[in-house]
Amino acid sequence: MEPIRTLRSRTVVLAANDIDTDQIIPARFLTTTSREGLGEHLFADWRYGPDGAPRADFVLNQPQARGCSILVAGHNFGCGSSREHAPWALSDFGVRAVVSTQIADIFRNNALKNGLLPVIVEPGAHRWLIEHPGAEVTIDLGSSALTLPGGETARFPLEPFARYCLMNGVDELGFLLERAAQISAYEARSALA
Amino acid sequence: MTAPLTLFEKVWRSHEVVPETADTPAVLYIDLHLIHEVTSPQAFTALRERGLRLRRPDLTFATMDHSTPTRTEQVFGGAPIGIEAAARQVRELERNCEAFGVELLGLHDARRGIVHIIGPELGLTQPGKTVVCGDSHTSTHGALGALAFGIGTTEVGHVFATQCLLQRKPRTLAVNVHGRLSAGVGAKDLILAIIGRIGVGGGTGHVIEYRGETIAGLDMDARMTVCNMSIEAGARAGMIAPDETTFRYLAGRLRAPQGEAWDGALERWRQLPGDPAARFDREVDIDAAALEPMMTYGTNPGMVIPVGGTIPERTDDPVFAKSLAYMGFAPGERIQEHPVNVVFVGSCTNGRLSDLRAAASLLRGRKVATGVHMLVVPGSQQVKREAEAEGLDRIFIEAGAEWRESGCSMCLGMNGDLVPKGHYAVSTSNRNFEGRQGIGARTLLASPLTAAACAVRGRVTDPRELI
Ligand code: SF4
Repeated sequence: MEPIRTLRSRTVVLAANDIDTDQIIPARFLTTTSREGLGEHLFADWRYGPDGAPRADFVLNQPQARGCSILVAGHNFGCGSSREHAPWALSDFGVRAVVSTQIADIFRNNALKNGLLPVIVEPGAHRWLIEHPGAEVTIDLGSSALTLPGGETARFPLEPFARYCLMNGVDELGFLLERAAQISAYEARSALA
Repeated sequence: MTAPLTLFEKVWRSHEVVPETADTPAVLYIDLHLIHEVTSPQAFTALRERGLRLRRPDLTFATMDHSTPTRTEQVFGGAPIGIEAAARQVRELERNCEAFGVELLGLHDARRGIVHIIGPELGLTQPGKTVVCGDSHTSTHGALGALAFGIGTTEVGHVFATQCLLQRKPRTLAVNVHGRLSAGVGAKDLILAIIGRIGVGGGTGHVIEYRGETIAGLDMDARMTVCNMSIEAGARAGMIAPDETTFRYLAGRLRAPQGEAWDGALERWRQLPGDPAARFDREVDIDAAALEPMMTYGTNPGMVIPVGGTIPERTDDPVFAKSLAYMGFAPGERIQEHPVNVVFVGSCTNGRLSDLRAAASLLRGRKVATGVHMLVVPGSQQVKREAEAEGLDRIFIEAGAEWRESGCSMCLGMNGDLVPKGHYAVSTSNRNFEGRQGIGARTLLASPLTAAACAVRGRVTDPRELI
């Protein structure tokens, strides 16, 4: 995984609350056996009309969304199914961070494992971001802070281990594999119990 | 003396390979890893790319359910699986299980079924175990007193390679349920009411323990329905303390401990319920006696009212308005008597024998209303056989419903069983998200009893009118 320290981008805003992973990537696209190419189907039922043509009124299809890598979304983003296809689709589309006031547990876990930042900010900063789509913001992992264009910062919680992995490009599997001796000891212990 | 612990804390503690610190999450050991065709392929690929072996094939168990067809001719008759990409997924799971030595219940296996139905049914799920699966409804298994939660595909790979996960300890939420459920009101109504009360994000970061005499009085099928939808409240897992009901359910099951091992297991399992003085981070009280049959009217499971209730009005909430527009409902409207096009009884929420019995009890001697398409899909092949032995299939077929092979079916639109665009489907599944059952499908979540009542009348109906 590529190390990430800071991220600077304009935002794109999807204000809806409770955006579930069935919206992020509908189930009919889960028959894939690889991780690639899912960006095409991101928010498929919102992005494309019945004829398959992109809907001009959907924000991700609009010219100002091009090149934006920070998605600001309503409360409780990523609820529902555990499909990791959701962060894969977002990453494949070019999203590097999702900002909300609450992000569902499984989605947050999945996102972190794919270098997609779940950024949970307090309601004040969130409201400002929702009201100012296209704002240029900076997310800094070292200080766990999101800086608004005016220089105000909003802190966000980031589990120290997740931060360490993201900033150093460490993957969790490598960390777990290094615990092999302890895992074997546990297995021996519980077999005796 | 050690500090009093909750059920969750006992299970968590006994599975810590390395406890968490301020800097690192816990390394948690996993006793049972269930896999299926949709969320495993990329994890097997990850193993191959890194040249790793699967650490404990003996603790890994595979079935196929999500993308598999439910039409008998496609399952057993040699007719090809309708969706080519689904057929490919099924073949890939067969190849992967063969290559890594994982036991697989293949398409034709008599024990195959929805992953969350077969785990308990085969006795693989047991009290005090840690159970994971690349599927959010893994919370179902918590009904037996296991700590069971859904994981993503990267984590599936972690469990493959190390039989462990890196986890931060979640917080605890007690949902205390008191009072008697009235006739016509069941476990599905109870969990829908709980989600309506705490909200779809209300359990985020928590493991729920359902407690109180109402829960203790539920049979195992009903407990599984409750725990199944914990994730719909955003919770990491749902658990119920194991008791005599649990032990009776498990005794004699294929993979449950037998003989002396059973006695030893019982002794350990009896230690699992939380200590009386144990504290939860949060508690919520629910009065079961006040509950009525429930139904969702919107596009998340928290948008729920009694069947006879009125859709709330929320001015200045564009998201709420959008959701109602999708459903074709208006604020202040009643859902009762609204026409219904499709009725689906099945899924890991309500695809067990007692669910089918409930639906059949209402359909016996009655007909599905003209113009209504009713699909009854048992949660496993074993449930199917048991239902057929009782003649439930005849009741469904004579009423005019379709009777299928087991699978996830219409719960999610990826196996060919779809709700047509704009149609209203009363469904016993767990998610009413936009497009979940097919593009433009309008889902009304309800209990099997309510679903059957709606099928008979072709309109949203309070089942108490027909019992
Ligand atoms: S029945 Fe539905 S919720 Fe359950 S495992 Fe299958 S798709 Fe998921």
